[in-house]
Amino acid sequence: MREALDDTLVAASLLLVAAAATAAALTRDPARQAVVLSLLALALALALLFTVLQAPDVALSQLAVGSAVTPLMILLTVRRVRRRRRRE
Amino acid sequence: MTRRARLWVLAAGLLGTAALFAAACLRMPPFGGTWHPYGDRAVAAAIAQRTANTVSSVNFDQRALDTLGEESILFAAVLGTVVLLRRTPDERRVAPQPASVPPALRRYAITVLPLALLIGLYVVAHGQLSPGGGFQGGVVVATALHLLYIGVDHRALERVRPVGLYELADGVGEGAYVVLGAAGLLAGSAYLANTLPHGTFNTLASGGTVPLLNAAVGMEVASAVVVLLARFLAQALEIVDEKTVDEKEEKEKE
Repeated sequence: MREALDDTLVAASLLLVAAAATAAALTRDPARQAVVLSLLALALALALLFTVLQAPDVALSQLAVGSAVTPLMILLTVRRVRRRRRRE
Repeated sequence: MTRRARLWVLAAGLLGTAALFAAACLRMPPFGGTWHPYGDRAVAAAIAQRTANTVSSVNFDQRALDTLGEESILFAAVLGTVVLLRRTPDERRVAPQPASVPPALRRYAITVLPLALLIGLYVVAHGQLSPGGGFQGGVVVATALHLLYIGVDHRALERVRPVGLYELADGVGEGAYVVLGAAGLLAGSAYLANTLPHGTFNTLASGGTVPLLNAAVGMEVASAVVVLLARFLAQALEIVDEKTVDEKEEKEKE
């Protein structure tokens, strides 16, 4: 019973990661990609997967980097590139 | 290289990787089984070194040299960013403008900031006991500081964040790890050997050098992320080409 529950949780988190990662790859606008997917879907899905696989240390790293630092860096880069393009 | 040749190279690479991956998977132990030869030895070694969090024991004691490598990768990456994103001669720095922030967002950011800072420091300090450690806690500490940018504006962040000091702390954190490793060498065994007294299992004072190395990594990572984001923020908000500034001034004159 317990093993079946474990397997279901792992499978569900894997599916969630696959869905979030596919959605991230299909979103072409970098700003939207950064906000919606790194912040809301992919970072959390990966953190959930690592927690379910009993790797809380990795989940914590993923949550800290994936949900805050990476999206902020992408957004700041987009802002800089757009400003330059608008001028040209 | 022509497009055709490039596709051939890509195909060869993909096929080679696929073959090696398949061969590796065939000889792996089954997923989720009960046979963990490395895990069993790592747990036994962690308990012998009085480190409750086995992952920290592996990262900062049993395989501490690997962590030195990882820390140096981050250090080198930030160094590269600092060089790449510097202000070039044809660019000028303009003072950031004050931004208006919704009051609710401001309240939220100001309330959460000290909490996040405390949690980050807690995670660094308890790396030898519970999940987390220098890297995770360091990132949380750095992220917490940037709530000032989200909740107030860039000028407020700059006031509490002298980048030069964080650049120094980045180097000191990296250096402290190297020096702690050399201390193991001087104590007569090996580089990065855990030569300090191991302390009492499952208390803050346990794990020997593990908490010290965690503190060094926490300092390095927090400063590295702050310096990294400072460079990105400066590029996005402050540094403009000379041309833009001239055009703006001309417009203002008109």
